[in-house]
Amino acid sequence: MARSYQDVLASARERIPEIQVSDLAEWLDSDHAPLVIDVREQDEWDEGHIPGARHVSRGFLESRIAGVAHELDAPIVINCAGGARSLLAGISLAEMGFSNVKSLAGGFSRWKQDGHDYTVPSALTPEQRTRYSRHVRIPEVAEAGQLKLLDSKVLLIGAGGLGSPAAYYLAAAGVGTLGLVDDDVVDVSNLQRQIIHTTDRVGELKAESAKQTIVGLNPDVTVNVHPFRVDQSNVLDLMNEYDVVVDGADNFPTRYLLSDASLMTRTPLVHASILRFEGHASVFTPYDGPCYRCLFPEPPPPDMAPSGGEAGVLGVLCGVMGSIQANEAIKVLLEMGDTLSGRLLIYDALSMGFNELKVRRDPDCPACSDGAKLEFRDYEAWCAGVRDHSEGLVEA
Amino acid sequence: MSIVRIPPVLRQAVGGEREVDVPGGTVAEVLDNLYAAHPAVKAQLQSEDGELHRFVNVYLNDEDVRMLSWLDTPVADGDRILILPAMAGG
Repeated sequence: MARSYQDVLASARERIPEIQVSDLAEWLDSDHAPLVIDVREQDEWDEGHIPGARHVSRGFLESRIAGVAHELDAPIVINCAGGARSLLAGISLAEMGFSNVKSLAGGFSRWKQDGHDYTVPSALTPEQRTRYSRHVRIPEVAEAGQLKLLDSKVLLIGAGGLGSPAAYYLAAAGVGTLGLVDDDVVDVSNLQRQIIHTTDRVGELKAESAKQTIVGLNPDVTVNVHPFRVDQSNVLDLMNEYDVVVDGADNFPTRYLLSDASLMTRTPLVHASILRFEGHASVFTPYDGPCYRCLFPEPPPPDMAPSGGEAGVLGVLCGVMGSIQANEAIKVLLEMGDTLSGRLLIYDALSMGFNELKVRRDPDCPACSDGAKLEFRDYEAWCAGVRDHSEGLVEA
Repeated sequence: MSIVRIPPVLRQAVGGEREVDVPGGTVAEVLDNLYAAHPAVKAQLQSEDGELHRFVNVYLNDEDVRMLSWLDTPVADGDRILILPAMAGG
């Protein structure tokens, strides 16, 4: 014999205890607040929800609950709009073994009616929800993380070997603003590794060329073209506009300049460098982890530091290292996982191995130690080994 | 015998090898034995007064020897020593 909706609801109410909105409000203010799971549909959630609640729509409750609730006996309060769907959802969770589940009587409607605070999230558009669906499904990212990426700004120094894949993936990931600093033009010899450019754009500014690719890939991204070299006169203003800097420079003067400027502006610096089959990567978090000069206090002389142009670089290596930079930048932006701060990752593409070295803050670091006098210097002269002409040079 | 990893810029000086086995009970001894076997490496790692260049980092396993006992750091059989100059390519 068929059971009516009312019958099903009545038996659910016998199994799942209900909680009143005033009791929930009080409980949420306490030190042992329950997990609130909102099982309404996306459009209902978008119009407002209980602060701190997690959203798992009823249709995905069983498949996605593991990403939200980790302990079977931890207190959970389920809410919907009026208190019916939450009862039925409670039955499902009880059947899955969750032993401390309550349903919010009257649901979000009564919560709002009674004058309790609620959060109206800024939300992804339907098109964005589709575009970033594979991100949104990752519990560590979810919609909130994607919104944060869309609101983030990353400055890329160099739209070359490292900058191409890094910018490409950051654009695909929906980082809302990308700044591209490069004064160079696309050369046909770049195309073996600088995959953001194309053959028909040889001769165009790299920053403009990269912008065209990015805009074609993801219209959500605003691209700021900075078609000049980063130097002492512009680096601080530039960095202050961005949340993270990705260092894909091809020379030591720029790398030391970026390191010092990242300390001055307290902007995290995502580092990578490449040569032949070998790549280095790290993250320098100002005054929290080591800086580039804790790792390399002084630049090598020019003859010990061949460029990729002189010594060659495997194109694919750029893809690996630039992608690692994009990965680390996203983790810094979303404050998730463990970044490479305090570690130098060394990738050997020939033996196909990763090595990791510890990088510690140098208590005598000439840039970031307590007593250090941090100021710009003549980086070009310093890196060329012209010691007499550089200001503020530390004793060798 | 320790295993010394040679960075790309120094490989030519050791006949193209990426790793070489070198005896020695301290970092200094290992470097001296490396120089004896491959004299061309010495000029690139040391200044004329015999000091290791500041732009060269040396790691014992995964730790910077500056954080250990510098060149006096003891080296055990099978330890990995890594010579690391900075690279600028991008």
